Amino acid sequence: MPQMLLELKEITKSYGALDALKDVSFDVEQGEWLAIMGPSGSGKTTMMNIIGCMDKPSQGTVLLDGRDISQESARSLTTIRRDSIGLIFQQFHLINYLTAVENVMVAQYYHSLPDEAEALDALKRVGLEERARHLPNQLSGGEQQRVCIARALINRPQLILADEPTGNLDEANELKVLELLRELHQEGRTVIVVTHDPEVAQQARRTIVLEHGRVHEIRDNALAHQA
Amino acid sequence: MFIRMILGALFRQKGKMLMIALTVALGTSLASAMLNVMLDVGNKVNQELKTYGANINVLPQGALLLSDLYGVEQMPDSPDMYLSEEDMIKVKTIFWAHNIVDFTPHLDANATIDGGENTVKVTGTWFQKQLSLPTGEELETGIRQMRSWWAVTGEWLTDDDGGGALIGVAVAEQYGLAVGDEFTLDVQGSSRRFTVRGIVDAGDDEDAQIFIALATMQELTNKAGLISSFEVSALTTPDNDLARRATANPRSLSAREHETWYCTAYVSSICYQIDEVIPDGVAKAIRQVAESEGTILEKTQLLMLLITILSLLGAALGISNLISASVMDRSAEIGLLKALGAHDIPLSWLVLLEILLVGLVGGVVGYFAGLGFAQIIGQTVFGSSIAAAPMVIPLLSVLVMLVIIIGSFPSLRYLLSLRPAEVLHGR
Repeated sequence: MPQMLLELKEITKSYGALDALKDVSFDVEQGEWLAIMGPSGSGKTTMMNIIGCMDKPSQGTVLLDGRDISQESARSLTTIRRDSIGLIFQQFHLINYLTAVENVMVAQYYHSLPDEAEALDALKRVGLEERARHLPNQLSGGEQQRVCIARALINRPQLILADEPTGNLDEANELKVLELLRELHQEGRTVIVVTHDPEVAQQARRTIVLEHGRVHEIRDNALAHQA
Repeated sequence: MFIRMILGALFRQKGKMLMIALTVALGTSLASAMLNVMLDVGNKVNQELKTYGANINVLPQGALLLSDLYGVEQMPDSPDMYLSEEDMIKVKTIFWAHNIVDFTPHLDANATIDGGENTVKVTGTWFQKQLSLPTGEELETGIRQMRSWWAVTGEWLTDDDGGGALIGVAVAEQYGLAVGDEFTLDVQGSSRRFTVRGIVDAGDDEDAQIFIALATMQELTNKAGLISSFEVSALTTPDNDLARRATANPRSLSAREHETWYCTAYVSSICYQIDEVIPDGVAKAIRQVAESEGTILEKTQLLMLLITILSLLGAALGISNLISASVMDRSAEIGLLKALGAHDIPLSWLVLLEILLVGLVGGVVGYFAGLGFAQIIGQTVFGSSIAAAPMVIPLLSVLVMLVIIIGSFPSLRYLLSLRPAEVLHGR
């Protein structure tokens, strides 16, 4: 029986009278690549915030590696996020006064101990070893996203959570980023990608389609891959 | 990494950091200038006030007794009605010697002019005497320094001019004397011819007097080395309750109070110390002058204190606003660091240390700029430089730190309440 990394049980997230998510339930296996897809306002970002320990559900249970994180304090969620989750953002969110390698080392600093050699290795892996000493404003969008990926994987998290990772990239950079995510998946990492792009979602093994805060459809992309 | 993050923030965001440093520098310079001026304004105003005359009069004990108890104006010619000219110089040896700005002797007698019937008060005094004090200090003092408001037509007298006189404007009118005219003074049986060197318009009773050199007067009256009284111009601290109690009765003070009073430049404690060195004399504060000076000084200091507090408040508000704006501006960065696993305390330290470092640079620059501003104020208002008070440095350091910390507090609290989801995803 496959081991579950993430289990969401009847998750509801309400903002006043508005339910951003309503009774959402699904599981994510260890090492799985899952896409969460849906149009704007479908609850994708809310879902990512809850899975990424940046928000708590109003109702329901979220188990991360068997631990119920839906009732944890903000401080505990920060620790869980630091230890278990690598975040990739559509807007990259790099610190503009730190170089590429320093941006990677920031994640190390708050996790354990910064190690510049290790951070340089992570940048080498995403093809940016030559750009390690550049500031974010000296890097292209694709390069910034790859720094963001290097930062996400530097602490070897159990889960890599990417929010529209190719949303701000041209086609060539989109392919590079997807290739990197594929490599991480092949190494056995669990990857969850939140996207509105069917092409990106198609790369995952499964796609959960959200609409109006509910699970509208769960697609198994394995068949499509075989085809 | 912490240091790299701080250095990165400081050196790669120069524009923003310079703006904060500049605001802190401006605020600090204002505070530094006002504090230095405030702490020195007492001395400055005091010195200004000294140009308006003496605030202490020293009389022989006998003369004071007759005057106070019996209202005698015409003193008998006995030895206890005089002080020693030599003793007078001892006022520059008291504990508050440096506060004695000027002093000048008086040897008074009544005289007639050109054999007339009416008497005129003649005063022998120092005009601009060069003194070598027992302490080795050189001092130039005399009535010329102590009557800066006198309008003299002609010229001032010199101390070695035995045949010259300064006459009051009323005397000049009464006797039809002009500069260069000669007249004969009959003093206690001695006669001598004098030439009018200058005519004094003092605006008070002194307009009806004649002033000659002290040595000449001593020779005329046969009072070598003696004086009737001397007046002292001293820098004083305005009286408070302690000083008033001491004036009423110095013995009513406890030993500790007595020490405090003695070591503060109250006019009463200076009088007390003059009494200690002039055994035959009694120093009396010219209350009207001393109290007016005290009132002016207190009001000036209060005014400066209020201006300083307002300046500090203005500076604090400016610094606080800019820090708040700067910290708020970093909400995305703080949200990201939280998303990466940063807890509240390390984050607070990061932001606070950056601001304190920038504040330190701004504070140092501001302090020295403030010293410059203080000198401009000093030269413009008082025509002299303002002394840099060392106590301003710790005072200002604490104030700037407090302003920065208090100014940062609301914005830090806001940042710590931020949830990464709100900042990074707009939720």
